[in-house]
Amino acid sequence: MIFILLPFVEMFYASLRPLDHLFRSPYQFYSDDLSFWAYREMWNTVPMLPRYIFNSFFLASVTSIITLLFVIPAAYAYARFKFPFKNSSLYILLAINMFSGAVLLIPLYKVLRTFGLLNTYQAMIVPGVAFLIPTSIWLLKSYFEKIPIDLEEAAFVDGASRVQILRHIIAPLSTPGLVVVGIYAFIGSYAQQFLFAITFNQKKEYMPIPSGLYEFIGYTTVKWNEMMAASLVGIAPVLIIFLFLQKYIVAGLTSGAVKN
Amino acid sequence: MAYALIAPAAIYIILIVAWPLLETIRLSFTNSSLAGEDYVGLENYQKMFSSKKFNGIVTRTFVWMFFSVSLKLIIGLIGAVLLNANLKGRSIFRVLVMPPWVVPIAIGMLGWLWLYNGYFGIIAGVGMRTGILDGPFGFLAYKQSAFISTIVADVWVGTPMVTVFFLAAMQGVPRDLYEAAYCDGASRWDRFFKITLPQITPVIITMSLLSAIWTFNSFEIIWILTEGGPRGSTTTLIIDTYKQALGNYKFGRGAARAVVVMILLMLFAGFYLALLARINKKISHG
Repeated sequence: MIFILLPFVEMFYASLRPLDHLFRSPYQFYSDDLSFWAYREMWNTVPMLPRYIFNSFFLASVTSIITLLFVIPAAYAYARFKFPFKNSSLYILLAINMFSGAVLLIPLYKVLRTFGLLNTYQAMIVPGVAFLIPTSIWLLKSYFEKIPIDLEEAAFVDGASRVQILRHIIAPLSTPGLVVVGIYAFIGSYAQQFLFAITFNQKKEYMPIPSGLYEFIGYTTVKWNEMMAASLVGIAPVLIIFLFLQKYIVAGLTSGAVKN
Repeated sequence: MAYALIAPAAIYIILIVAWPLLETIRLSFTNSSLAGEDYVGLENYQKMFSSKKFNGIVTRTFVWMFFSVSLKLIIGLIGAVLLNANLKGRSIFRVLVMPPWVVPIAIGMLGWLWLYNGYFGIIAGVGMRTGILDGPFGFLAYKQSAFISTIVADVWVGTPMVTVFFLAAMQGVPRDLYEAAYCDGASRWDRFFKITLPQITPVIITMSLLSAIWTFNSFEIIWILTEGGPRGSTTTLIIDTYKQALGNYKFGRGAARAVVVMILLMLFAGFYLALLARINKKISHG
């Protein structure tokens, strides 16, 4: 427990202390003038900070929306239809999850360079979506499977088309599932931004917060207190979303991988 | 119909995942760089396997992986047992173990950079105050300590997930098994080793493989803390691949390493999927 929480506590503590208190060796456990000063000053030290935060949100939102657009029809097909290679293709999806981005970066880098897409938002969104699709399909499939098939058949008898069924029956009933998968995709893409950002992007305007935080490392000193403050600000949204929805997310993920 | 619904996702994956995989294999037989490329046959592979450094990197990757995965599993198992016990406030603790898993790794590692700071960090501070250290000690500046430090940080990131999965498995163990054992007068210890452990063995095996795969792929943790240094002491296969390909823009050499990574991953994935299929069969047959 201490092991897990210490880094966060210490990050928070460090963010409250003035820089010259932090730069005392050996480590001082006690500081008398704790304040939220760093939380104000950080915006001046790194003026682009709001932009980085915006970028992170923008990238994560777009990535998760695109992921959902691809995943909803596919997951529905897996949940409702029988077709050749159904199981083997599901396992292939699982296997894809195991290939880290690092293996695929070389050709992706070359392609993005050829199309002049390096240093753009697209460069960070396109590969991001690919890595979120497999797990999202598995997650959403299990939600779709829980919707009773009778409902659909009834609608089918009444003359509703597949698309109508998907829109008027499946979509409203699976809203909780869609929310969970959406959140999963959001948190996932928020987390994976760093690798794509350092590889495919060198422009400050498009940097997400994880790489933007490195600007607190100056030529002579590192403004640790402000960096920690900004880190916590960067962590906060994901953590808050997660805390509210952790029950559903954990249930979804564990049922997918443990029980299948 | 089914194919039409799956097609968009499938085509996307083929373009962004499958095609790059094949392209990586092709590139590994060339001397591709920013300047252009020529076919060089097996040269990249010959150079790579005959270099002592590369062989060292492979060994190091597995040692690093071994320690990290074992620690994750041991701590995860103990953690899950504690969280499954009937203790006060366990629901809060169940949530509190998760942050390292959810928080973007890149940001969490900034916290660890500060903790490991040799002059001002809390770990060095405690060491100096208690006299274990006789002066400032940069944990990431020396070969051995950097190796251990990156493992510790990796365990920090990976343990919560293992814990949560073990916990989910333990909660799935049928209650009546425990009740029967209780009536027979089995001790707490017996109940754990004779009921819980055998019941969750499939999950433990799956998690060790999954965790091995993720640990093998671990990139950001090492990259942020040490960039593979000092003097290569924390350079794993993934780090080496990245450095060759995108640090030096030697795409060909990087691709050859990526192919080695791919083959190893395919072995892991094959193991995992075979195992999963067997477990599923067992479950569906009763």
